[in-house]
Amino acid sequence: MAGRGRGRGRSNLTFSIEAMGFAKGEGLPPSILQPTPLFPPMEHKPVPLATGEEAEYMQALKQEFRGAMKTLPFYIRPAAPKTDVERYSDKYHSGEPADNVIDWKPDWSRLPKELRIRVRKPVENRVSLPVDRMDRSSANHNLSKKEDVLLKLEALEKGEKAGSSEDEDEDETKKKQKEEEGTEGEEEYEEEELEEVTCMQMYHITQG
Amino acid sequence: MTAQEARLCGLLLREHFGEVVEKIGTHLLRSGAQNLRTIVNESGTPIDLVKKSLCVLMKHGACRFSIGRKGPGSPVEYQASCERILGILRYPRYIYTAKTLYSDTGELIIEELLQRGHMTMSSIVKMVADRLTHNMEEGRSIEYNEVVSTFSKLVETHFLQRCPPVSEVVPPVSTAPTVPGAPAAPVSTGPPTPESFSDCYLVPSVSLAGRGKRRRSGEDVVLDQGTTKKAKTDLQTHGDEGIYWQVNFERFHLHFRDQTIISAVASKLDQAWESLGTSRFDSDYETSSEIVRTMLRMSEVTTTPSASCTQALSANEVFRSLPANYSISRPILDQYLTLLVDDPMEFVGKTGDSGGGMYVVNLHKALTNLARATLESVVQEKFGSRSARIFRLLLRKRHLEQKQVEDFAMIPAKEAKDMLYTLMSENLVLLQELPKTPDHAPSRTFYLYTVNQLATARMLLQHCYKAVANLIDRRLFQTKESKRLLEKSQRIEAIMASLQASGAEPEQLTEVEEMISAPEKQQLESLRHHINKLDSAENQVDETIFLLKSYVASTARITR
Repeated sequence: MAGRGRGRGRSNLTFSIEAMGFAKGEGLPPSILQPTPLFPPMEHKPVPLATGEEAEYMQALKQEFRGAMKTLPFYIRPAAPKTDVERYSDKYHSGEPADNVIDWKPDWSRLPKELRIRVRKPVENRVSLPVDRMDRSSANHNLSKKEDVLLKLEALEKGEKAGSSEDEDEDETKKKQKEEEGTEGEEEYEEEELEEVTCMQMYHITQG
Repeated sequence: MTAQEARLCGLLLREHFGEVVEKIGTHLLRSGAQNLRTIVNESGTPIDLVKKSLCVLMKHGACRFSIGRKGPGSPVEYQASCERILGILRYPRYIYTAKTLYSDTGELIIEELLQRGHMTMSSIVKMVADRLTHNMEEGRSIEYNEVVSTFSKLVETHFLQRCPPVSEVVPPVSTAPTVPGAPAAPVSTGPPTPESFSDCYLVPSVSLAGRGKRRRSGEDVVLDQGTTKKAKTDLQTHGDEGIYWQVNFERFHLHFRDQTIISAVASKLDQAWESLGTSRFDSDYETSSEIVRTMLRMSEVTTTPSASCTQALSANEVFRSLPANYSISRPILDQYLTLLVDDPMEFVGKTGDSGGGMYVVNLHKALTNLARATLESVVQEKFGSRSARIFRLLLRKRHLEQKQVEDFAMIPAKEAKDMLYTLMSENLVLLQELPKTPDHAPSRTFYLYTVNQLATARMLLQHCYKAVANLIDRRLFQTKESKRLLEKSQRIEAIMASLQASGAEPEQLTEVEEMISAPEKQQLESLRHHINKLDSAENQVDETIFLLKSYVASTARITR
């Protein structure tokens, strides 16, 4: 209906061709039926970049800044996914970043409580870890000392066979997640791991 | 926040904070304010990584948290700030400016602060002192006091400011949570600026005595005082806990704006006179820019950042405040001022006659003209000088018909038509229809070509963002392509360094050097050259981005 009144010829455009500057009878430029090329040829070459001391210095600053940022703890690398088979060397080689520790110490008073994560302590001696735990847990008054030491020794023996430190780490991460997702102070028990759970509880209570 | 800006933000986050932060950051940018659970579910990242990323983003000021929209009981919501992430592009410029104003100490302070987001004064001072000491020769070290004095100077000139205090997330019942402390204060609609706190520029009185420590290379870090004392000094509190300092980007932007205006005046007016004059001293030819610099310096304190022109200054004041080495006489100064006022770029305006003439620097007009010059230059470089002539013509004359364009530009009809259509296809030139009759008949309407400067500036700004994103992409691609080669060269450098440190014979060194073949060396060289070029290009596109953004922001302020 729109094109019937005027422009009954071959082209019914909404604007007058004469006003656009095309003489009558002169062909319109051919219409393009495909997207423009990705790298069209340039008729005019771009202006060369500014060079000079200032430009070079700023470029060096930029590269140094990037390099420095990669070494700072703010550059977050996700923990490498664990391979399916546990290896003996995993106990001694887990210096890689773990997901649930943060490498720097933020000011927690400026951040919402829900974002709190365990801060990674500087280099701990892995071998002495069970000894520390034993010391700390023996300072706790809830269990008698002897019972605790016995439990600990049993746990260590079991741990040697079952890749103990890895399990404990995983238990810790599970417990940490549960603590943070649920209300704080809620403790969950898993029956098959009751012995190890008590040790973990002590550790967490003392760690806060 | 446009698609180009989001893409650029993603690339910047990836380069500086890793892919995890990139994923969380772009997710937040695209979806607005969200709470932690939603972020975890929608982005599909484990919750610990999300928490870590949010901590990093908040430390660097790229993200902020606020109470949920549903009221006091709802979970905390996080919002990322696009501006702040795009500001990462400009970090080298900030550091370089600090270097020119406050030499190496200032440069290192700003660099450390930019790397870490916000820090307490004592930690900054210690880190900078250690770095400076590390770079100096053996036996010399920097006193903390020197660094503290530079720090105070930076705070005095407002280049550094305190971070606004953060109130507890659980708010008192009646007030908004972001207004700390005063329950009677009115509810604020947006986050408070750091300047709304009175202590913003107050340097805490902190007792920092000591010198920078030099880090010795080697396994055990042995300091002068011994390891136990080092542990003690690290835990020492200096009385400024909880007072964090951040870089005041707005102040840097004002400084850049002033610098741009001064250099524009210098390149336009000073060179013209240099070609005509016969003076013996080069400093004579910088007078007009020196006058403008003096005027801007005097107005730094009196003018608000969002003003469209500086406070009026009398010619007497300007004369008194000129630097000592500029011994021009009073009538000459008046002549210079008159010439500045008459210049078509309208940098300086005259607002009155008291005190020998009251003069202002027209900040908004200067920015507009500089943006216009940028647009004209872009058209010239992309389409040729005749298209640029048409573009300038349209900018000046606003609306022109096809015939008038051909006549005024003095270009043959066919070519003018071609150029106009090319410019139209790039959206630089718009068509305005003026109907003569109510039925809009094509034969009875005027078709006028016009250029809308503000819209064109915005469009070019987006093109700039796209350009920078492409540059970064290309650099990452080239690095990835030659990753094997780069790793090999790094390993060889490490071997060389260790060999040299342990004192090896020259034959061993040459043997290690020959592990890289000559074509590989050439490849490495060309790769380095390309990467340097791409980095330099990013810095320069950022200058255009700054200019266009300042113009758009200034216009938005004026029209509000």
